This record gives sequence, C-alpha cells and structure tokens, in this order.
Amino acid sequence: MSRDLFRGMTAVLSLGLVLLVFLMAFVIWQQAEASVQKSGWEFIVSRHWDPVHEEFGALPYIYGTVISTMLAVLFAGPVSIGAAIYLAEFAPRRTKALLAFVVDVLAAIPSIVYGLWGSFVLAPFLRNYIEPWLGKNLGFLPFFQGSPFGLDMLAAGIMLAIMSIPVITAVAREVLETVPDGQREPLIAMGATPWEVVRIGVIPYARNGIVGAFTLGLGKAIGETMAVTMVIGNEPKISASLFSPAHSMTSVIVNEFAQATSVLHLSSLIHIGLLLFGLTLLINVLARLLIYQMSWRVKKRNENT
Amino acid sequence: MKILENHRLIWSRLMVGFCGLSTLLISGLLLLVLGYITLHGLPGANLNFFTRLPAPVGMEGGGLAQAVAGSFILIGLACLIGIPWGIGAGIFLSEVGKDSWWGEGVRFAVDVLSGVPSIITGIFVYSILVVKLQSFSALAGGVALGIIMVPLVARNTEGILQLVPQGLREAALALGLPFWKVILKIILPTAARGIGIGVTLAVAGVAGETAPLFFTSLSNNYWSLGLLEPIASLPMEIFRYATAPFAAWHELAWTGALVLITIVVSGMLLARILLPGYNFRR
Amino acid sequence: MLNSCKLKIAGLQAWYDSRQVLKGFGMEIRANKITAVIGPSGCGKSTFIRCLNRMHEIVPGARVSGSVLLDEQDIYRANPVEIRRRIGMVFQAPNVFPAMSVFENIAAGLSLNGLRNKQKLREVVEKSLAQVGLLEEIGSFIHLPATGLSSGQLQRVCIARALAVQPEVILMDEPCSALDPIASFHIEELLSELKQQYTIVIVTHNMQQAARISDYTVFLSQGDLIEYGSTPTVFINPRDRRTESYITGRSA
Repeated sequence: MSRDLFRGMTAVLSLGLVLLVFLMAFVIWQQAEASVQKSGWEFIVSRHWDPVHEEFGALPYIYGTVISTMLAVLFAGPVSIGAAIYLAEFAPRRTKALLAFVVDVLAAIPSIVYGLWGSFVLAPFLRNYIEPWLGKNLGFLPFFQGSPFGLDMLAAGIMLAIMSIPVITAVAREVLETVPDGQREPLIAMGATPWEVVRIGVIPYARNGIVGAFTLGLGKAIGETMAVTMVIGNEPKISASLFSPAHSMTSVIVNEFAQATSVLHLSSLIHIGLLLFGLTLLINVLARLLIYQMSWRVKKRNENT
Repeated sequence: MKILENHRLIWSRLMVGFCGLSTLLISGLLLLVLGYITLHGLPGANLNFFTRLPAPVGMEGGGLAQAVAGSFILIGLACLIGIPWGIGAGIFLSEVGKDSWWGEGVRFAVDVLSGVPSIITGIFVYSILVVKLQSFSALAGGVALGIIMVPLVARNTEGILQLVPQGLREAALALGLPFWKVILKIILPTAARGIGIGVTLAVAGVAGETAPLFFTSLSNNYWSLGLLEPIASLPMEIFRYATAPFAAWHELAWTGALVLITIVVSGMLLARILLPGYNFRR
Repeated sequence: MLNSCKLKIAGLQAWYDSRQVLKGFGMEIRANKITAVIGPSGCGKSTFIRCLNRMHEIVPGARVSGSVLLDEQDIYRANPVEIRRRIGMVFQAPNVFPAMSVFENIAAGLSLNGLRNKQKLREVVEKSLAQVGLLEEIGSFIHLPATGLSSGQLQRVCIARALAVQPEVILMDEPCSALDPIASFHIEELLSELKQQYTIVIVTHNMQQAARISDYTVFLSQGDLIEYGSTPTVFINPRDRRTESYITGRSA
C-alpha cells in the first residue's frame, strides 16, 4: 500500500460523505416534490391540515416547533451558560472531570427515555402543581390561561430545554476554554473580582462562540422527535396558552407516517421534513461559522505573538 | 470606597454562586431522571425480561428479549458502517486534507450531517432502501444508525488526532516508515483512547435513537434475525409500550429504559476505564 | 574512506510558501565526521538539515530545489521513505512514541517495516541501547512504557531508535537543547563514539558545544552559507567578519 493509495482511500471515504449530503438533500426534495408542486407557499401559511380531503397546511406544526424551541432556549440558556462558566472557570480540577462526565451522560440519555420520563413524571407534576399555581398567580397573562393539561406546549419546552442543556453546556465550555489566559491575567493583576474577570475578559472574547453554542442547542431542539412527541399532546392547535396541547413538525411526521396511504399525504409529511432539513441546515451552518470565526481569531492571535 | 469594594465582591460571589447552582441543577436533573428510571424499572428487571418474548395483554411474565437482541444487531450493523467510515474521514480531515479547500469542504459536510435531525436520516433511508426492498428491515435500520454515527466519529477522530504532537509524526517519518504506516501503526494507536471514547459516545448516541427506526427497522413481536425483515429494538418497544394504555406495559417500558440506559452508560464508563492510551489535554 | 564525501549538496534552495529560507548554496559533508551547523535563530539551520533527508517537504507549502547526493545518488530523485531509512534524524524534543514500550520504540523502524524475527529484533535493540549507553541503565525496564524515564534518557532512546534502523548518516536538530548540562554531556560523549560508524550533522545554538564536538563547522546566516571549514579554523581564524562577530557574540 503506497502513500497515495492510503491517501486515496481516506479521500474516497470523505468524498462519500460529501456525496451523502447531496444525495440526502436530493432524495428528500424528490419525495417532497408532489406536495411542493401542489401547495407551494400555501403550505407554510395555511393552518388547515386535512388528509382526508387532501388539504395540507403545516402552520400549526411550524408554530409548535418554533414556540417549543424558543421556550427551550429560554429555559436552557441561563442554566447552560452558568454551568459552562462554572466548569471552565471556577470548578476545582477533580470536580471538573466528574461534572464533565455528568454532562456527557445527560447528553447520552436517549430521547425516548427522556420522553418516557417526561410523560409519566414531568407532565403529571406540571398538571398537578406547577400549572395550577401559574394559572392562579399569573393567569392574567395569555400564556397561562386554560385548564392545566400536562401534556402540552410547556411540557415540550421544558423537555427540550433539558435535552439541549448538555449540548449548549458542552460546546460553550469548550469555547470558553479556548479563551487565552492573556484575557484573564491583566484583569486578575488589576484586582478584578472573579466574576469581573469572566464578564470583562472572557465573555466578550467568547461571545460568538457562545452564540454558536446556543444555535447548536437550537438545532438539536428543532430536530428532536421522540421526547416532544410524547409530551406535546399532539393536537394541531395554535394557541397563546402554554397549557394547550400542540403539535410539532417532527411529531406529526412520526404520528402520521404509518397511516399515510395517499401519495400526497406522504409527500406532504416529507415536505415538512424538507423544511426541517433546510431549517437545521441553516442553523447549523450559522452556528459553525460563529464558532469557527472565534477559534480562527484565537489561532491568528497565537500566530502573531 | 469600602462600600463599593464590598458591593463588587458580593456581586461576584452571587454570580459565581449562580454558575455553581446551575451546575448543581444539571447534576440534580441527571439524578432525578436516572432515579425515576431505576425506581420504576428495577422491579421488572428480571430474567424474564431478557429471555421471554412479549406476553399478550393481560398475561403476566412477558419480556423484551427480542428487543434487546435486536438493538444489539442494529448497533452492530451501525458500527460496521459508522466506525470505518467515520475514522477514515477523520484521518483524512486531520492528516491528509488538513489545510486544503477540499478538506474544508469535507469538514463542512461533516458539520451539516451532524446537524441533520435523525428523523430526516430515517426518511432518507426509507426512501432509498425500504421503498426499493419493499420491506422494513434490520439492514435499513443499521444503515440509518450508521449514517448518524459517521459525522460523530469523524469529528471526534479529527479532534483527537489533532492533539497528537506533530513531533511524533516527524519522528516516525524520519525512521523511514511510509506515511500510511506512520498513521495506522503509530499515530492511531497513540490516539486510540480518545478515538475509542468518541466511538462509544457515538454508539451510545445511536443506541437510543428511535425516530429513524420508525421509517427503517420498525418493530417485531417475535425473534427475527434476518437482515431483510423488520426487527425489534429497545427504543421502539419502549415507545410502543409507553404509549399503550396498559399499566403492565408501562412497567415493561420503564424496565426497557433502565436496560437501555445501563447499556449506554456502562459502555461509556468501560471505555474510560479499559481503553489503553493517553489523555491528551486540550 | 577517511575524509571522503558522504553528502554532496548543490544549489540548495528551500521555501515555505513564498518565503525563501535557503538562498541556494552547495557544500560537501565528510563521511565519519561530525559537522556542526551554527547560525543565528531563523537563519535556516533546521530547514537546512531537514532538506538532507527530505523532511522539509512534509510541511504544507514547503518546496525544495537543488540537489543532495548521498554517495552519488540524488535523494530528490529517490523514494523519500528509503532515503530516510539511510539518513536518520533526531529531534529537539525527545519524541518517543507514548503508546509503545522502550523496546517497541527502538524496534519500531525495523518491526514496522516488516522485520518479524524476534531474535534479530532483540539483538538490534540491545545493540542500539548499548551504543547509547542505556543497556545497563534501563535494561530491566525496556518492556515498560518509556514515560518513566528522564528527558536525557528519553533523548538517548530516540537516538537508539534512529540507530536501530542502521542509517549511514544521522541528522540532529539541537538534540541537547531540552536537556540539562549533565545529560547534554552524555550525548556529546556518545556522539564522539558514534562518528566511528556514522556521518553526523548536528544543528546547535551552543557555540561551546560546536567547538567541543565537531570536526567541521558550517555557519549559516539569513539562508546563505557564510563559512564552512574545519572547526578549529572557523572558530580561531574565521575568514568572514560575520562569522567572527557571531562566534564572539558581538552580533547575531
């Protein structure tokens, strides 16, 4: 085996990966084409989804995905960033390894297991305790009206938050650890408090990377299927109340795929898949660019010194 | 001045405290999830679970043996695709096409792939395999899980290889070893631990994947070892049993979840303990 | 045999991307002698010796032109892998392979190139260890990972590893710069013995070391060869003013 043969083999494997991406996009597009042809833009603005009469509007699903994902980032954001900062800046060395393992395990728990936990533990807890309390005390807000249901938008948001926490924490931590010590030492020498070192020296430097970490968490939440399906209630409603059952792009595909007998129904489901594909593509590219840009800046800085 | 100083210090303590609390919350969350699963799952974790097929509704003593076996078959198939492909691409990214535009393109493709929701991969494999073979099959499930593994393994392999000091490559080349031996016999073994841990994380990731299996391997109530037949798997059975309206089935789902998590976490732990080699510090 | 030419260099130029590091010069390196390469940092010393066994070209964007003849054969028209087997190299940092034992490290060049005979491998490893004076010192640890050794011992393992391939020429890129004075002294002693069998080219930033151990000295500055001659001549009676001021420390 010569040098070139070995290089060639790894290059072929890599080329295969690139082709796979194109093939995937092409195949999904092809399968969705019937629906794209028929519904066009109507598909994403119509809220009418009726397989029997072959009318397909995906708005309720898009709404469910967008809202549950936003809730997830809202809930997960502060906690993840806090934990990432603690892990990268403050944790004692031995605790750090243990905590990093905790984050790894949290990330490795399958979404189906989260779903199981969510539907049998989280949802009843929300229905019996949290949601009645929110309704009583904050019921004047449109978000907290209606009867507590448990399997609803709020549960989906919390579920997704729990699942994106390890993603955001792990990436943000890695980003924070690439911040050179030169950003910290002058501040320490000036007598800054530990938090000031982080706020003035570290966070502004790592800002793009942290935003990238958020965006990756967002990408994970958008594509998440099982846990959402099991707690969101699976009703295509558009309601301001977080206590209302809803539906999401992924959950409708899983729920209806097996029953989709007509070509157009199947194609419409895959059309939702196509939207999902495009959306996650956009989000991930954005996230990677942000993270790259930061590590690139660090590299450049190191070369200059 | 004194008051200002105190104010700064208190604020700092508060914020550091918040960060510590967040970490605590995350750890608590893990305990909460693991605790419930152990609590509900442990009573059902007996020999029946691993040796019996599911019992009809209302009958006692059914198990999910076919699902445990099926999961291992699916994971095995996924590894056959995901590990060589992922490690090969990782080697390309780190050692061959590192600074070329072509390497950047591949890296980009890896990023895109790792961001594709698994449900999409499921639909993709459904369209190219299930439709063509006119049947849901273990093969399709393995291919879908394998595709999901590839970018995970590739990215990690690249990252770990980057941590191996350049001096080792030079030293090996200077001994008059051909490039491929330098990489396969010296650099790869040096990075074996990190690559192995990455592979187990990827395996752990796909072991619990459920969404793609809806479109590929589906499920099966009986033993099925044929690669071209639908096959049962733990995640799919957990879903079916959890969403069914029978309390006894819910129990089986909890136990399934416990078994699944045990497989995943013990795999991760074993990799850390058993794999030889070096922890390179980032 | 004595004083015969081992490496004949002509018109050697080297680049990193568009930056020219070696400006084009020629010289002859004598067999069974130690040739020291000295010069201010950034003068191209390391690049120069890395051109002598085709290690320069493994850096992306690096280019070489000119010729280097090893006993009449142009190494740039030969298979680089074979050339590196005949012209070994020892680096600044003692880079032992961490996944291997001391024994495997030293045997690596042979075993990975297909030598399976255990007996023969053992002989070669022991001989190489003896050559670097480590056989007695670490003899009982040779099947353990090399991680427990001191950096001086590690560097000698690296030298033994290079010797085990039985090269004709050994290139050394500041082999003592990471070592303490006593370890350096051991290596220097070792070199004087090794030159009976090998041709040695050593890059060093340590003027005393160059004066102590080498037979010939090359002075490079800004990618050009300024002076080349027997070490006493270069140190006591340099022809060029730049050499003199560098050696006496008046300027870089």
